Amino acid sequence: MALLETGKYVPGSVPSGVNPDIASERQTASFSVEKLTAWLDGGAEHTRIRRAVVEAIECDPVFSRENQYFQSQNERYEAAVRKAVHLQKKMREMGWTENGPEHKYIHRALAGDVAFLLHRIFMRSISTLGSDKQVAKWIPLATQYQLIGSYAQTELGHGTYLQGLETTAVFDITTQEFILNTPKISAMKWWPGDMGRSATHTVVFAQLYVHGKCYGVHPFIVQIRSLQDHSLCPGVTAGDIGPKMNFEHTDNGFLMLQNVRVPKENMLNKFCEVQPDGTYVRWGSQKINYFTMTTVRVSVLSDEVVVPLMKACTIAVRYAAVRRQSKLRPGEEEAKILDYQTQQEKLLPQLAAAYAFHLITDYLQKLFDRGYREIQRKNFDTLPELHAFSSGFKALISQYCTSAVDICLRACGGHGYSLLSGLPSLYTRILASCIYEGENTVLLLQTARFLVKCFMAASTGQPVPPSVTYLAAVKPGKCPAKNKLDFLSPDIYTEAYRHTAARLVSSTAAKLQDLIQSGVKKHDAWNQCTVQLAQAAKAHCHYITVKNFAETVEKLKTQAGIQKIMKHLCDLFALHGIFSNAGVFLHDGYLSGAQMDMVTASYLDLLPVIRKDAVPLVDAFDFTDKSLNSALGSYDGHVYQRLYEWAQNSPTNKQMSPAYERYLKPLLHNKLSKL
Amino acid sequence: EALVINDPDFQHEDLNFLSRSQRYEQAIRKSSMMVMKLREYGIADPEEIYWFKSSVHRGRPEPLDLHLGMFLPTLLTQATPEQQDRFFMPAWNLEIIGTYAQTEMGHGTHLRGLETTATYDPATQEFILNSPTVTSIKWWPGGLGKTSNHAIVLAQLYTQGQCKGLHAFVVPIRQLGTHQPLPGITVGDIGPKFGYDEMDNGYLKMDNFRIPRENMLMKYAQVEPDGTYVKPVSDKLTYGTMVFIRSLIVGDSARSLSRACTIAIRYSAVRHQSELKPGEPEPQILDYQTQQYKLFPLLATAYAFHFVGAYIKDTYHRISGDISEGDLTELPELHALTAGLKAFTSWTANAGIEECRMACGGHGYSRCSGIPDIYVTFTPSCTYEGENTVMMLQTARFLVKSYTQVSSGQQVTGMVSYLNDLSRQRIQPQHVAARTVAVWISDPASLVEAYKARAARLVEAAAKNLQAELNHRKSKEDAWNRTSVDLVRASEAHCHYVIVKLFTAKLSEVSDAAVRAVLTELCLLYALYGISKNTGDFLQAGILTDAQVTQVNQRVKELL
Repeated sequence: MALLETGKYVPGSVPSGVNPDIASERQTASFSVEKLTAWLDGGAEHTRIRRAVVEAIECDPVFSRENQYFQSQNERYEAAVRKAVHLQKKMREMGWTENGPEHKYIHRALAGDVAFLLHRIFMRSISTLGSDKQVAKWIPLATQYQLIGSYAQTELGHGTYLQGLETTAVFDITTQEFILNTPKISAMKWWPGDMGRSATHTVVFAQLYVHGKCYGVHPFIVQIRSLQDHSLCPGVTAGDIGPKMNFEHTDNGFLMLQNVRVPKENMLNKFCEVQPDGTYVRWGSQKINYFTMTTVRVSVLSDEVVVPLMKACTIAVRYAAVRRQSKLRPGEEEAKILDYQTQQEKLLPQLAAAYAFHLITDYLQKLFDRGYREIQRKNFDTLPELHAFSSGFKALISQYCTSAVDICLRACGGHGYSLLSGLPSLYTRILASCIYEGENTVLLLQTARFLVKCFMAASTGQPVPPSVTYLAAVKPGKCPAKNKLDFLSPDIYTEAYRHTAARLVSSTAAKLQDLIQSGVKKHDAWNQCTVQLAQAAKAHCHYITVKNFAETVEKLKTQAGIQKIMKHLCDLFALHGIFSNAGVFLHDGYLSGAQMDMVTASYLDLLPVIRKDAVPLVDAFDFTDKSLNSALGSYDGHVYQRLYEWAQNSPTNKQMSPAYERYLKPLLHNKLSKL
Repeated sequence: EALVINDPDFQHEDLNFLSRSQRYEQAIRKSSMMVMKLREYGIADPEEIYWFKSSVHRGRPEPLDLHLGMFLPTLLTQATPEQQDRFFMPAWNLEIIGTYAQTEMGHGTHLRGLETTATYDPATQEFILNSPTVTSIKWWPGGLGKTSNHAIVLAQLYTQGQCKGLHAFVVPIRQLGTHQPLPGITVGDIGPKFGYDEMDNGYLKMDNFRIPRENMLMKYAQVEPDGTYVKPVSDKLTYGTMVFIRSLIVGDSARSLSRACTIAIRYSAVRHQSELKPGEPEPQILDYQTQQYKLFPLLATAYAFHFVGAYIKDTYHRISGDISEGDLTELPELHALTAGLKAFTSWTANAGIEECRMACGGHGYSRCSGIPDIYVTFTPSCTYEGENTVMMLQTARFLVKSYTQVSSGQQVTGMVSYLNDLSRQRIQPQHVAARTVAVWISDPASLVEAYKARAARLVEAAAKNLQAELNHRKSKEDAWNRTSVDLVRASEAHCHYVIVKLFTAKLSEVSDAAVRAVLTELCLLYALYGISKNTGDFLQAGILTDAQVTQVNQRVKELL
């Protein structure tokens, strides 16, 4: 490309101004980027606060991520701790509080690259599961960082299946203490963040034994390191679990406990208690212990899943607008790769998904905030539905967004593979979200269990939660669409999703019934249906996502420019889903082959329409260059100059390589006799 | 292999704990040792070198890859005898370490767009090499960052004021003896990547750097002392190396996926979790249907790709035999087939390795599981040696061409011969899609027919859409671009058919009954799983009915 003429560039300096290839993309926006940003933030006031937080953090050199891609695991850890400590100071300076409006933007501004995130989970589990007395004792200590907490649930041998945990806590009536043990290698706590090197305390989940009887998994606050010299407490063995695909800045750790005693008051007892004589008392639902996990599932979706996808889309779309390759028409200059249909078909559905999932996580967050208040009032009615929501959506969204980031990475060709593009780190980070807070397949099956139960209830006329009432109305039918434009009607495609989800739930439930009636044991029958059950749960969540997107767009009526482009994105998201899962829509003849061709035609027609607004649509996510930390994705589009400059800063170019003197020189001089 | 494993010089430490510089240094150490040992043992056969190399480096990249894999072979095929004397032997003895500098910052798969120039100066009989823009800086070549002292540079040749297209030049880049960059050369490492930590992928910028006329590789095209350009006999011959490397990627897809499957399946056999039956001990996770559904189709895929890899390698050797005898008739099909299969297998294996990793839950995420390393090493193969989408479109171009030939009454041969049937059916009133294939879902041969019908339908649909666009719009290029999603689907269906066909054909060659039985099950699983993942195509074309699709889904689960 002839961006710069021969001899006119100075190597390693990024020119000022904006690359004309990307500037031109911004001149034709069909909507106001600023207004869309404000809408995404939930109002212009939020945008203002967010920008102020981001600005305050990014101009502070302690929070710089400049050399992050060149750092070792030790350096990353040290930087993360430094940032976490500095953040406390910064918050006091700026007057930000834990409950203030600024708080939720801090994580975004730091790109999660900070220590003590588990400290927050530690606090959250105490406030949810602890009695008022326990909250009063521990929360102030934790808030002032007089201790550092972690959350130790997962073991080497057990993850999502909590009942299988093997750590034990035996009540000793004579001393009124619990004795904690990890009796075998698979019982060792493994993975908890902040635990490998930082934490002084942790919430340990263990099987509670009183008088030889097991009462199931309960949480206990355990001190693991000295508050004076940080040495390990007696009976405690702990350390770092070694290298991972990402999260180098976090000291994920292991923990072994050998006859570690904690006072009776250290069992979190808002919902159950062991009395001094060993009597076990419980009030409220057993499921409440898992509620922390359920809320965490929803809260990670936004910061750890949707935001990374938004970033990946920003990088890949901007890069596709300045990367020119091959020719579309003979005699013209090389075309922007964003003009190729195949490139649009890779990137634009991911962009639409980022919007779809932003909206659904917003919706879920509100639902959960309501549910959380209910549970604080000890009303557990909504718990099963919330649990099914959190499991299914966590699985669908994390899986979808992970493969979407992977698509963005590969859509950037070779340069996407460079860490300096920012994409490999986004990818390795987001893919952890498919596993933590519950393995996705297991979660889908939990949602499926809820759906099958509701379906059975609905078909016998019993009341079911509002989100699943549609299951009662399963009937064979045909899609009424007559031409490809009909498929741009939200009613038409939402109905198709609804029909398909209901069919998958009902047919799987029927198969399950058949198997059981034919004499297959219930659990075997369940296992034989799990592939279809997982598919049904996904279809249900996909349907809700489409429905929520369409309804949100409908409500936007007043904001014309934005509504129009959002409608296009909603259509694209929905039609992409039908196009990619054609089989399930065709299966019972709900869509005909001819209608499927109409879907494909409408879907492909949308690509060039959205392509015109692609760059403004990613600009609206409003990520600063520093937060993207990508040589390919910066606002000014000076991709190549930045890549060259950053590569030259790589330590591999700064320090003399010992490999030459030691190995290459003797090799080249043919004198390599003995090393 | 035994030579390597028992040799203390090649003992490898746990790479997971090494920094990038340390990994580079270890790789270099092993490569140096390796070259010495090769000499010591007198190993010279390329196939043996390949196996020796992969044992030493355990399938990981190494800084001498490009020297052995590209620099030496390019010299062999494109250098004149005089150049062989000057460069090949010193390179063989590793007095020269070379790399192959093709990709630029701004240009990859579209070779004609490369911007590096080599301008001939008859006064001094030299070429003047330049990187005129930031985008023209050579970027990515392995071994360039720190290791090499020479590079074969691809540049646009200018002589007598005219551009003659891309040619290859041998360019010294570092001083022999001091290893310092030569004046006019800027060279370095491109920094951290997703994987390939052992490799010093580099950049190279040249400012009025002069090399003698004799450093242009002139076995085919030549520049005479006065600047006269002599054209090569055929420009198709340079395809050869590319086709060869792409065929290797197909085999590599099979190997990488096999390794990931081995780890995931063994781990699933020892990991116990949750309960299947109340009151019983926790079962192996391999007993869960969902786990089987994740892993066993991938295992079947690994086997399928293994056979495809072997087939492609044999075909390459057969056809390159023909080519050296001047017969180029099969080259277009081979080129189309390797492009498509390279893309198909690398995409599938890439996703499959990730599936395996995720099937190992949290521990798969630890670098100690080994799968992250397999993934990051394998994933760039979706991009290098031809970006996958571009590859698929090259295959599509061949398919559309074959379809057009058939429509105009000619017969086509080879893997696309099924297109011949399309014209036969057109005599009958019904549309090809309406043709009912009697598909018997437990018979691999019958499934091959189903895949064949799907490929035929999608190729026909894409070709027709292309024609419709052509009728609407004026330009051929716009029509092509607006049909490219359909075209990629057609190529995928074609490749999928080829793979099922090759796997099925392989079954009859197996003499051991037990082995044949288990391979037949894997083959069925591969074919049926492919159908259940693409039911839309089969249903829409009327190749299968709803009831058959339900049966297919059921049969897949039974095979698990």
